[in-house]
Amino acid sequence: MNDNIDLSLLSGVLDEYAAVKGSLITILQHTQDIYGYLPKEAIELISERTGIATSEIMGVGTFYTQFRFEPVGKYLIMLCQGTACHVNGSELILQTIKDELGIDDGQTTEDGLFSLKCVACLGCCSLSPVMMVNEDTYGSLTPDKTKKILKELREAAV
Amino acid sequence: MRIVIGQGSCGIAAGAEKVRQALLKENINASVAGCIGMCYLEPIVDIYDEDKLTRLVKVSESDAPAIAEYINTGDRSKIENLVVSDEDSEFLNKQTRIALRNCGIINPEKIEEYIEKDGYTALKSCLTEKTPEEVIEIIKTSGLAGRGGAGFPTWFKWNAARQSEGEEKYLICNADEGDPGAFMDRAVIESDPHNLIEGMLIGAYAIGAKHAVVYVRAEYPLAIKRLKNALEQAREKGIIGNNIFGTDFSCDFMIKAGAGAFVCGEETALIESLEGHRGMPRLKPPFPAQSGFWRKPSNINNVETFANVAWIINNGGEAFAAMGTEGSKGTKVFAVTGKVKRSGLVEIPMGKTLRDVIFDIGGGMKSDKPFKAVQMGGPSGGCIPASLIDTVIDYKALGATGAIMGSGGMVVMDESTCMVGMAKFFLDFTAKESCGKCVHCRIGTKRMLEMLERITKGEGKEGDIELLEELCYAIKDGALCGLGQTAPNPVLTTIKYFRDEYEAHIKDKKCPAGECSDLIEYSINAEKCKGCTLCARNCPVEAISGTVKNPHVINIDKCIKCGKCYSICRFDAVVKA
Ligand SMILES: Cc1cc2nc3c(=O)[nH]c(=O)nc-3n(C[C@H](O)[C@H](O)[C@H](O)COP(=O)(O)O)c2cc1C
Ligand code: SF4
Ligand code: SF4
Ligand code: FES
Repeated sequence: MNDNIDLSLLSGVLDEYAAVKGSLITILQHTQDIYGYLPKEAIELISERTGIATSEIMGVGTFYTQFRFEPVGKYLIMLCQGTACHVNGSELILQTIKDELGIDDGQTTEDGLFSLKCVACLGCCSLSPVMMVNEDTYGSLTPDKTKKILKELREAAV
Repeated sequence: MRIVIGQGSCGIAAGAEKVRQALLKENINASVAGCIGMCYLEPIVDIYDEDKLTRLVKVSESDAPAIAEYINTGDRSKIENLVVSDEDSEFLNKQTRIALRNCGIINPEKIEEYIEKDGYTALKSCLTEKTPEEVIEIIKTSGLAGRGGAGFPTWFKWNAARQSEGEEKYLICNADEGDPGAFMDRAVIESDPHNLIEGMLIGAYAIGAKHAVVYVRAEYPLAIKRLKNALEQAREKGIIGNNIFGTDFSCDFMIKAGAGAFVCGEETALIESLEGHRGMPRLKPPFPAQSGFWRKPSNINNVETFANVAWIINNGGEAFAAMGTEGSKGTKVFAVTGKVKRSGLVEIPMGKTLRDVIFDIGGGMKSDKPFKAVQMGGPSGGCIPASLIDTVIDYKALGATGAIMGSGGMVVMDESTCMVGMAKFFLDFTAKESCGKCVHCRIGTKRMLEMLERITKGEGKEGDIELLEELCYAIKDGALCGLGQTAPNPVLTTIKYFRDEYEAHIKDKKCPAGECSDLIEYSINAEKCKGCTLCARNCPVEAISGTVKNPHVINIDKCIKCGKCYSICRFDAVVKA
């Protein structure tokens, strides 16, 4: 068991949605907003309160790419691999990030600073290639620009 | 004077919020607008003096003092270089805007600005002067067809849902916008959310629904925020809720955020997802019009479809039908991206040609490489080659090429894009996004992807093309939903129009576009090389050796084919072959 999971943070969400049918995805989204991922303990509590089996919750959670079952780093890099970004060289940006951070799509750096996730289209295709780091969007990326952004983020973190 | 800054997602990513903050420091309080669609010129600052507009483009924070000086003293000298060029203004002037009519002009966070543009008058006239049947009749006259991809007549769907038995009905807006490379729905919601709400309320009235639901992609947080805000304002004004405009029509609204699954754009999968399940498509029939959300009659339309409705009611179905071709009426919005010079949103009447969009409005290619193809319809669509650039924008004409109108993504490619690589890209996407229900879709797409991977690595075999084609037809036949049925289209169209490129990969082990890294090699032309050392200093793996003023050499065994030397050399001495 992980002692760091404060399940009381979930009570507001569960009070609001547990009895509303069709709310499972909404509940999972709020849960992920709170903890940064879907902790096992939270899933068990959601199951208890909604009456939905944990197996079904896992079924839903694994179906959608938004949900994670592991904590993510301080900076979540969402790198667009949509069509427009592909045509404008997102592959090279992916390679740059992999080389710089030494992680693959879906992984987190050992220092817990960066996680990398490839996504399809962030809707800023005119600025392709594009990535989002937490809430901020960066466009017209080049390998050099990407390295500079990563460096700045790393410096901002210490 | 009124100062407006475009703050759609693209504008913000380009730095619009920083510009707004910088102007604030100069005591200039600019108001917010959505996206005007000239995304390639963001950030954009519009200065209205009475009705005269001065549009400044590619503005940066450091321009704030000069802008302030112009506003305070009228001295234009320091901003002259920021003023949009005539050529760029043509990008907008050549468009006909209906769905996007308010985008980038009004403040999406203020209902008053929408109302000032005749907002909600169409809804009022429907509720107080027209029967639902009359509304459906106007939509029928307009010829409006679904903008989500399939192009099904909107009136027909509305009528079916209206005729369906049952007290409780749902009107659903599909804002999942799954085509990676399309962003017009995002722009509409971020820039003019009330236009969507008004269109949906009219639709709800027409079919007799008391509940409206918007299913928005999770990747669009700003759209969700602005839509929420708009719903609240509409609620306060009594436009949503009970007895709207004092009539006995009532309708509530709900937003549901998707969680990242392309298949959820398919309407029955979307309904499954709304109900909190895995988004696996249902068998049809029954169609949603009979049994949809919570098994109640439901009607689903795309964002852009709804965005046309209020205009049609205000201007008449005939005015909409007057634009376009025999079979495709009104306007269509395209998200033009890729290797095109002016990338952004283009709304034009149906019946124009691809050339009009890509060259006349889009300005052609941004590099000196020739235009090669345009990809329409995303993973469900296909690649249309340069030889068919005069194809008319019309559901049938585009369908005849093997591509589809789709939801409006237009990804433009030049000679540097490998078409086999493009097919591989889409198969990688559909293989990952297949929900797994049907064997042909789940495993067939994977096998196709593996074959395409082999071909792009130079391990293609004689007969691969034929095998791919065979698999394509098998998948089309064996798939339950549109995802699987259309997944082979990018492969079929690239084989149809670029077969020689497949053959070059398979037989000659060459990638004519020079994109497949396993099939290319970099070398330095000793005659052209000036020995400037730039490449050697920038090679990430130190694969280049040579001394100053002497020709350099690339060590092929070390080279990782990153292409850095190729793009950095100022003397065109690096050769890619
Ligand atoms: C795999 C798949 C993905 C789809 N994605 C979308 C989408 O993102 N947005 C959309 O409006 N329609 C999408 N559609 C089409 C919808 O199923 C549906 O036809 C459409 O929302 C109906 O609205 P319309 O008649 O206004 O076009 C998709 C269809 C399939 C098969
Ligand atoms: S065709 Fe593919 S995505 Fe559609 S239901 Fe079958 S497996 Fe799922
Ligand atoms: S392609 Fe990249 S790795 Fe190869 S020589 Fe040029 S810079 Fe070095
Ligand atoms: S394809 Fe990358 S933002 Fe759209």
